[in-house]
Amino acid sequence: MSLATGKSAFLEGFIAGVPFLFVAGPFAFLFGVVAVETGLDIPQSVGMSLVVIAGAAQFTAVQLLSEAAPIWVAMAAALAVNLRMAMYSASLQPHLGSAPLWQRVIVSYLNFDISYALGIAHFDERPERPVDQKVVYFLGTIALTAPFWVIGTLIGAAAGGALPDNALIDFAMPILFLAIVGPMLKTLAHLAAAVSSAIAAMLLFWLPTGIGLLIAAAIAMAVGAEIERRRGR
Amino acid sequence: MSHSATEIWAIIAVLGVGTFLIRFSFLGLVGSRRMPDWLLRHLRYTPVAVLPGLVAPLVAWPDAAGGDTDPVRLAAALATLAVAFWRRNVLWGALAGATTLEFLNWMF
Repeated sequence: MSLATGKSAFLEGFIAGVPFLFVAGPFAFLFGVVAVETGLDIPQSVGMSLVVIAGAAQFTAVQLLSEAAPIWVAMAAALAVNLRMAMYSASLQPHLGSAPLWQRVIVSYLNFDISYALGIAHFDERPERPVDQKVVYFLGTIALTAPFWVIGTLIGAAAGGALPDNALIDFAMPILFLAIVGPMLKTLAHLAAAVSSAIAAMLLFWLPTGIGLLIAAAIAMAVGAEIERRRGR
Repeated sequence: MSHSATEIWAIIAVLGVGTFLIRFSFLGLVGSRRMPDWLLRHLRYTPVAVLPGLVAPLVAWPDAAGGDTDPVRLAAALATLAVAFWRRNVLWGALAGATTLEFLNWMF
């Protein structure tokens, strides 16, 4: 990979990732606030964001700790929330599996909903891109958000109580993910999978956090694959 | 909170290692081997199978609206999806959704 194409792939990913700063920033700040309120100190709050680096799972763990749940329950629930990332890992494998091990380690550490969604959308559009450019694009998508996740946690933990007062900020995440899904609905199979996923996830929402989504995703993948098999791509 | 500092650090360590292993799983262990076609056919639908399910409950029952369906947020979600689908563009979709959300919220 020449330096120029590598730089441009990184920049493309970086630009695609910029809007997510408005999601990850407040979300990280909120995590810092909640973690400290729960009784974690500042190093623990920031340490969790740095080591675990997975928003929904961290909130789940802290929520359960604040309810004085046993630590193994908090661990199991938070890991269940993250199980969807095994699907992300499998879905990225055809695109990034041939990258060197150290690059796959970094990609794995930084495999969030955001980087996965932006990355796979790009790889499906440009499957012919060389693997090194795909890796660089992927890292570009998260280059801004990942540090802000940790820094935001630190600010939130240090500031305590002062929450951002825009009540609409909670909806930035759904909007950005729906905006990513829209262009992905290329065929009947994609559309049917998306609709199945949404319906099943709502029907199964009463299950423990993360489990309903896993089942819904498995159903939706089967629906998409079956329609593709019958109709051809 | 009834947990000691050691317990908290233990949770952080276990979640850190566990989350990494989940993320590394296929990418790390399968490497550049080609997975069977039936599996690849399923994996092609991963993003459209996970993301709508992740978002649907948040759209239907947003916490910020007290867990009840909120017409403003619902309209914003539909506008996002419709424009992103129609224009085949993430940013136009997000912009449409954010504008709808702010505008309806200001009106009502």
